[in-house]
Formats: sequence, structure tokens, C-alpha cells
Amino acid sequence: MSYELVFDVKRGDFDKAGEASRKIKHTLQQLGVSNRIIRKISIAGYEGEMNLAIHSLGGKIILAVGEKKLTLTIEDVGPGIPDIKLAMTEGFSTAGDEVRSMGFGAGMGLTNMVKNADAFEITSEINEGTKIVMNFFIQ
Amino acid sequence: MEKLLHSVYLDEEKCLGCTTCLRNCPTGAIRVRGGKATIIGSKCIDCGECIRICPHKAKLAKTDPLSKINDYKYKVAIPAPAIIGQFKTRHSMDRILSAIKSLGFDEVVEVAYGAEIVGRALKYEFHAKHYPKPLISSACPAVVKLIQVRFPELTKNICRLNSPMALTARLIRKRLREQTNIKNSDVGIFFITPCAAKATMVNNPSSTEEDLYANIDGAIAIKDVYNDISSFLNDGAKADTNYNSTPEAFSWALSGGESDYLKNKNVLHVDGIQNVINVLEEIECGKLDTIEFFEGLACIGGCVGGCLTVENNYVAKMYIQERAKNAKQTSILHMSEEYVKEVYNSGMMHIKERIVPRPAEPLDQDINKAIEKMQEIEVLESHLPGLDCGSCGAPGCRALAEDIVTGKAREIDCVFVLKDRVLELSKLTNELLQVGHPTGKTSE
Repeated sequence: MSYELVFDVKRGDFDKAGEASRKIKHTLQQLGVSNRIIRKISIAGYEGEMNLAIHSLGGKIILAVGEKKLTLTIEDVGPGIPDIKLAMTEGFSTAGDEVRSMGFGAGMGLTNMVKNADAFEITSEINEGTKIVMNFFIQ
Repeated sequence: MEKLLHSVYLDEEKCLGCTTCLRNCPTGAIRVRGGKATIIGSKCIDCGECIRICPHKAKLAKTDPLSKINDYKYKVAIPAPAIIGQFKTRHSMDRILSAIKSLGFDEVVEVAYGAEIVGRALKYEFHAKHYPKPLISSACPAVVKLIQVRFPELTKNICRLNSPMALTARLIRKRLREQTNIKNSDVGIFFITPCAAKATMVNNPSSTEEDLYANIDGAIAIKDVYNDISSFLNDGAKADTNYNSTPEAFSWALSGGESDYLKNKNVLHVDGIQNVINVLEEIECGKLDTIEFFEGLACIGGCVGGCLTVENNYVAKMYIQERAKNAKQTSILHMSEEYVKEVYNSGMMHIKERIVPRPAEPLDQDINKAIEKMQEIEVLESHLPGLDCGSCGAPGCRALAEDIVTGKAREIDCVFVLKDRVLELSKLTNELLQVGHPTGKTSE
């Protein structure tokens, strides 16, 4: 049995910021996933959602729930990341002043995803987009 | 004694089954069943929103009548700091406390006294224990319950210091034991409460059973004694009690009062249950990682906004701020840091029980079955009008879909679905009526 939830995130849509992560959290609670995993996925999901709103031209968050693992895919259409290694460095950010003034752009997004996911994969094509796949294992 | 987990209850006669409380409950804990509002115990956090909002005053808080104090030989009142915001500042704090004493108490001790110690001990707790950040205040019992139910992973962040109310009661019992011959069982300590959540805390024996010297024997609503206190004040009776708190201590009645004790820390104080929920959502997803201390109070303005108070919360806040400005020197000002440390290290300040997560029950213990139910919920929800009108007795269409799947409601509880069914039926009836008299022919 598997289950999927898909959310569209538009560029610059800060009004709805966090909505996808909140819904993901609520759904996982109803499915009986442990609080510890829910917390990890909430943090990673929120960072992903913010990345879509700030850096991409829009994208999708897809949560797939399986018996053994949860998969969170964050996929966008956008500029792509030229230097993934640099982007993954703690504190590195290309966010503009406006975004920083809203409290984002501290350069912790990808780092926080890596920290919280049990498995993390990122692929990016310049001028096409970025795709992140994170797995969280249910014991 | 029966374990009382909630103090919010319904006056069935007054409840019309309107959907006001249903749609305003922050945790979706109300359903209208059989034309009356019912509370789902596992979801209710005793915040008192329904008491405040009910147009028919059918929601009430279970508190104790003043007469209960007569069960004890030595009666002590411990009024919440919010009490002094209920009366105009021309009535001195000494007179307000004396008025409370005149209700039949032997002694009045402000909870603000305990608040001063808890407030000053907060810095030790902040540094002493390895809490995940932010440290979250345990002062508001409704917020603590909210976290247990909706933010289970944040229960580890909740400060393990007892509330000023609990500490005040402990200190009184300790003093009476050491300095008088009054038997502990003859001492009745009564909290004069601004809210339902505190009343629940007092009436819930699980939190006090193990420690006889921590007992609070009852909670009396501010609004129930307001009139008597007013009469005393207006009759010009003299003061025979001195207040013993600081402006910082009685400002615990206001949002931010507790946070002010943590100087040079990044604190965030939020009031109003919906605001608290919104900020906790942000804390939970890791967004507010620079906040070191979070004070969330369920009522707007803080305890002055409690549903058992009388004065408007903004007016009460003004009175308290005026009193703070004009406060005289009190002995508590000279309370030594050694004393605060001594109380802190004595163990009497710490909550002994674990603050356990109480997340909502999953749809099914088996994840595959839960997924199946989730899919059913989504299909059902797509057939509902999405108006969240509440007429079905659930707070919204999604909640109705969940109730149907978990066997607590029917699809035709939705008036729109019912209307569609009636329409189908009337079409069929109409069709059948058109058939006319028997013709004897069998061909269509």
C-alpha cells in the first residue's frame, strides 16, 4: 500500500509558506508515523518549500508514504545550481536582501535537509531545474 | 476521587446546538451530537475559547464554590496575579488582598510571591539543563496541553519548573509545618483562578497525589468572588494585609511578564491560542532557531484575558501597568539570590512527572490500513461541498470525512448531501408517478 501527496509551490508565494509542511505533518500524524520522524520530515520539508519559493520559478513537493519508508521529493523548474558542493556549504546563500530581511537565506536550507534525511540525493541542470530526493526510514 | 482531566463542561439546557463553539475550537475538539455540543476529551486542552465565545453561556468551567473552604480549619487564599487587574487602581493592592481575606480566609498569599522566585530561578534552569532550544515556558497549562496533543516532539522543550501557583502552595505548607502546629490535612489552599486550565490543574489529582505538601485543595473563579470583593472595596473597609510582590512578579499576569525575567536572552512571547499555534508550527519546522525562550499564553493579553475574569483584558493590563509604575517597596524586593538558589536546589520547584506527548490517535495502528482510510477520507472529502459550515456537527468537511471513516458520522449528516439524495428521490418519485394506470401491455 502506498500513498502520495502533491503540493504545488509558486515562486515568491510567502503567504502560503509552510502550508505544505503543515499538511504533511498532519497527514503523517494520522498515519501513525512516529513523532521523531515527523519532526525530521517537517524541518526538511519546510526548507524545501522555502527553497522553491525563494530560488525556483515554481515547483512541486511530493510525499510518498510506503510501509518501510517515506520519500520526500522536491522538484523545481528554475535556474539550477551551478556548484552543488558550494551550495551545500553551511552558511552559503544566494538569497537577496529582501528574502534575508524576512528571516530566510541563512544558508542552512540544504544543510538542514541533509542533517534530517536518512538518505539525500540532489541533481541539478543549469537553466532547467533541481531535484532533491530525501528518504526517511520507518523502523 | 475520579480523575478529572477537564474543567470545561456543558450546560445542556442552555446549549442550542448552534455551531459557534464548534467552528472556533482551536483543536477541533467539539462535535454537535444529538443537538448538543460534546467535547472530545483527548483533544480538549482547556483553553476556554468555547466558554468565551458561546453566545448562550452554555459552556462553563468546573470550579469550586467558595463554601468549599469551610471543609478546612485553616484556610489560605492564593490569588493569581491577574486579580489586581480586575479593580481600579484607587483600590490599593493591600485592600484587594484584605477583601479576599474577608471572604473567610485565615491568610492570603499572592501567587506573585511564587512568581518572583520562579522568575528568578528561570535563569538557572535555562543554563542547568540540556533542553533543546527554545526552552518553552510551562506557565500556561493550556499551552502545555496543546504541545502534548499537537506538537508532541516539543514536549522535551517544556521547562520543568513548577508554576508560581504550585510553588506558592508548597512554600505555604512548608512554612505552616515548620512554624505552627496546624496539621497539614487541616490546611486548605485555594487558588483564585482567572482560567479553566488552571482549575483543571488544581482538580487533577494525578499531578499532586504523590506529594501531600504540594496539594491545592480547590480553584475558585475570579468572577465568582468579584462581587464580594467589590462590595468590600466600595464599603471602604480597611486594609489588614500587606502585599508582598514586585511589579515584575505581578506582571506575570501579562503576556511577556515571565520572559522579562530572562534578561539578555532572545525571548519570544505570544498570546492568544491561535497565535501560539502558528508560532509553535514555525518552531516545530525549525524556522525560529534563534529563539532561546518561548512564552506562549492561551488567552489574549495573558492571564488577564482568562475566561473566568471580569474586567476587559486591555483595561486590566492598564491597571496592572499603573500599579507597577506606582508600586511601593516591598520586602520581597530584598529576597536574596541565595534564598532563590536554595529553593531552586531544594527540588520543590521541579515538576516530578514526565510531560508526556499525547498525540492524536492515528487512523489505524497498521500503516497500510491507515493509508487505506486516508484515501477513503480524501474521496469522501471531494464529494462534500467544502463550505465548512458545521451543520453536520463536525467543524469542517475534512473533519466530517474523518469522522465518517472512523465510524463516528454518516455521509447524510451533511445537509448538502442529504439535499442531493432527496432530490434524486423526488426525481424517482416523479418518474414513477408519470407511469400512469396499468395498460395491460408489457412492452416498454
